[in-house]
Amino acid sequence: MFLINCPYCGERDQQEFKAGGEAHIERPKQPTELSDDEWAEYLFMRKNIKGVQFERWNHAHGCRKWFNMVRDTSNDEIKAIYKMGEKPPSQ
Amino acid sequence: MRNKYSVFSLIKNALSYHENWQRAWKDPAPKKEYEAVIVGGGGHGLATAYYLAKKHNMNNIAVVEKGWIGGGNTGRNTTIIRSNYLWDASAGLYDHALKIWESLSQELNYNVMFSQRGVMNLAHNLQDVRDLKRRTHANRLNGIDAVYLSAEEVKKFCPIINTSPDIRYPVLGGTLQRRAGTARHDAVAWGYARGADAMGVDIIQNCEVKGIKRNGDSVEGIETTKGFIKTKKVGVVAAGHSSVIANMAGLRLPLESKPLQALVSEPVKPIIDTVVMSNAVHAYVSQSDKGELVIGAGTDDYVSYTQKGSHQIVEGTLNAILELYPIFSRMRMLRQWGGIVDICPDASPILSKTSIKGLYFNCGWGTGGFKATPGSGDLFAHTIANDEPHKLNAAFNLNRFVSGDLVDEHGAAAVAH
Repeated sequence: MFLINCPYCGERDQQEFKAGGEAHIERPKQPTELSDDEWAEYLFMRKNIKGVQFERWNHAHGCRKWFNMVRDTSNDEIKAIYKMGEKPPSQ
Repeated sequence: MRNKYSVFSLIKNALSYHENWQRAWKDPAPKKEYEAVIVGGGGHGLATAYYLAKKHNMNNIAVVEKGWIGGGNTGRNTTIIRSNYLWDASAGLYDHALKIWESLSQELNYNVMFSQRGVMNLAHNLQDVRDLKRRTHANRLNGIDAVYLSAEEVKKFCPIINTSPDIRYPVLGGTLQRRAGTARHDAVAWGYARGADAMGVDIIQNCEVKGIKRNGDSVEGIETTKGFIKTKKVGVVAAGHSSVIANMAGLRLPLESKPLQALVSEPVKPIIDTVVMSNAVHAYVSQSDKGELVIGAGTDDYVSYTQKGSHQIVEGTLNAILELYPIFSRMRMLRQWGGIVDICPDASPILSKTSIKGLYFNCGWGTGGFKATPGSGDLFAHTIANDEPHKLNAAFNLNRFVSGDLVDEHGAAAVAH
């Protein structure tokens, strides 16, 4: 359990948020031209990093807006939070 | 030569104040080269090594474990064993394991305390009732024992359940698998370790894998904290850390690692003689032989390797437990812990070859791998030894995420993931 600083609402309990998985997975631009391998990669394969990972979160029981987070999954420490569409901070 | 455990050996050792018991497994330094190396010394990894040696005559093999054996999810789970899965592929896999459990203590000469006390799954709404009835029929078609119980029969089988229609999620019925039950988790790891060691398997503890060496598309060996080990076959059975090992080999897996929590109460006299699971309110409970209530909670929804988990998950489970079992309202909880589970998108495991020759993965068991330990070891050993899956684990290959032939056990598996 940890606190999350929502870029729209400020610091709130993690319980108000929903994790949305790995961030910056781009939706295929030409879905009809994708091979089965590429579909599998897009839909299912994940980095699942132990360490610093880029993620999407949703303030589900708050402003309901999506945003991005950089978090260390080995100790749940939040490194950075930035809005959708913003450039991810370099490590 | 391994001494046999028996009542006579117990008496003999009692006479020398239990100071002369033979060690159950050696503590060797790694050799330069092995025929195969298993990464991960939990129940599944040790069982894999045991069956590789026993059934496939591969005795020059090693198990490397970064901590101590059985110290990961093997020592953290709620020890429930059942095989009442919906789909044919899952039924085959889990019932194969259940059949091995039934004679495992005799086979290993090690009491794994397998207790067929039955597992009951409760229904709390009409959809639950329909799903559980459907699953009961599917189980019986697959030769797995299952019965559907009315609310009155649930109450009769486990009298402490509150079946009042006035509670928030009333009990409408349930299913019962009588062959299901529990086993002693540590004993499973230790029994397999002792058995494998007796056949010449090296069990190397405190040895963390740091890299996988490849030559083109085949495996050459592993880098560990105890040096380089040369081998042509590497079987990875690393549960929540499977993706970490896969990343070392440049592979990606369809897994997310999340904390799953469990807790035990103070020990009390026998009060519940079966295992009761409830999907809708996410609460399951059984009683250990020491008398502790063993309670399984849920997973958090974010990726984490912290082995902690969130407080509200435990709170939600205990709320449900209290409503279903008012008699537990004064019980105090002794310990709470978390383990890292590797969850697949279809909530079914992966026992498979990979695109790298000689690299095999046994992972994705998610929240329910303990029950499958013997079957998983047996089938994974077959896959490694023959470089081909057994027919029982053929459906659980990595390629199913490309072909779309998923084994979707979400919900159907009787607990929420």
